[in-house]
Amino acid sequence: MFAIERYNKAQNVKEAVNLLAADPDAKIIAGGTDVLIRLHGGSKEYRNLVDINGLAELKEISEEAGGAVRIGSMATFSEIMDSDIVNRCVPVIAEAVSTVGGPQLRNTATMGGNICNGAVSADSAGALLVLQADLEIQGIGGEREVPVVGFHQGPGRVSLKQGDVLTAFRIKPENYKGFGASYYKYAMRDAMDIATIGCAAAARLDGDKIDELRLAFTVAAPKPIRCEHAEKTAAGKPLSEKTLEAISDIVQKDVKPRSSWRAAQEFRLHLIRTLTQRVVRQAIERAGGKF
Amino acid sequence: MQKEITCTINEKQYVLSVDVRKSLLDILRDLGITSVKEGCGVGECGACTVLIDEIPADSCITLAVWADGKTIRTVEGESANGQLSKVQQAYIDAGAVQCGFCTPGMIMTTTAFVEKHKDCKVSREDIRKGHAGNLCRCTGYETIISAVEMCLKDSDNNDSGKN
Ligand code: FES
Ligand code: FES
Repeated sequence: MFAIERYNKAQNVKEAVNLLAADPDAKIIAGGTDVLIRLHGGSKEYRNLVDINGLAELKEISEEAGGAVRIGSMATFSEIMDSDIVNRCVPVIAEAVSTVGGPQLRNTATMGGNICNGAVSADSAGALLVLQADLEIQGIGGEREVPVVGFHQGPGRVSLKQGDVLTAFRIKPENYKGFGASYYKYAMRDAMDIATIGCAAAARLDGDKIDELRLAFTVAAPKPIRCEHAEKTAAGKPLSEKTLEAISDIVQKDVKPRSSWRAAQEFRLHLIRTLTQRVVRQAIERAGGKF
Repeated sequence: MQKEITCTINEKQYVLSVDVRKSLLDILRDLGITSVKEGCGVGECGACTVLIDEIPADSCITLAVWADGKTIRTVEGESANGQLSKVQQAYIDAGAVQCGFCTPGMIMTTTAFVEKHKDCKVSREDIRKGHAGNLCRCTGYETIISAVEMCLKDSDNNDSGKN
């Protein structure tokens, strides 16, 4: 039995906001694949729950008239993988979330939970960072939209206040149209594992030059990150092995991997350099580029 | 705290008063539906897999109250009139059962997998990926994959499963 002390099922987002605001200790439970495991492990942090599981209004995946793709925060990874809109407009998100856990996990875990729990290894984070997704958040003061770039504060920490509910991800057309993108998860096992290093890239070309590169890593620093130095180095460069090498040399300035039981720092750095080349190359090829 | 829920389990309607602290796994076993096994309790092993509205889920990390309004399937409901389901029979024919602890969960995953892929070409690798959330300590998986292949080949109106 889970050691839940107070449980409230929200009938809609507004009610969830109010329930959370009324109890400083209350936490959201969404797909449950993280919260219930923590409760099982004896965590006291999740004794008071506000349940948003089953709020149909948060599940929708749609394409807005202007071309923006909107993914409800409670859409499960499986629903995202099977979505025509996602596969047509932002396939890198489907590619990323298909690497999470196993089938049963993906059938219940949500992308909202994957981002809001602040996991350093969140597979969806890399893809969302390179697509510069925006987060629609409802809180006590009303609704606001914030970029996912900068949302992560540290391990397990994101910029949400008590009472905030993430309702949707929005990817603007200028952030995916014309881009080729790729995600690669390196883990010890092909399934049911957490990334040792996750790498995402999105590239837009200008003829045979890189117009814009966006590169993101998970588990390469205390939070999912974008790689400023590598991105700057790539801009305007021709499509060549030399360019890939230059990007993967400088990327060390952007990352700060640590040693853990999963992998040593040196090995993670090696992965980061290798994946930079592999993933950037694939993003460029998907944008129509040839080496 | 108790909550009243209504759900269908193996084609039978239930109105249940459930403790909000319980998992779906807990209440199924309380009802005597003990094919549903607790292996790890944390969503790693798949021994507790059931179908919720036809979608496989780990019942150990599903709150019981989330079953409200849903249709649940477990292995107990898979045979009809003394006749095993196609998937159950295939597991026997392929020799895919040893200790049997993983089998009920595995069979529910296969049942949904076969349904979803009945009109597609599926490789052994696809089957492995589709069953990656179910651990088996005995068989080494090869016979399980063969059982799944047999189901796909036998699917009515499906020739594409043959390869
Ligand atoms: S008991 Fe539920 S996944 Fe292991
Ligand atoms: S048959 Fe023993 S765990 Fe699978």
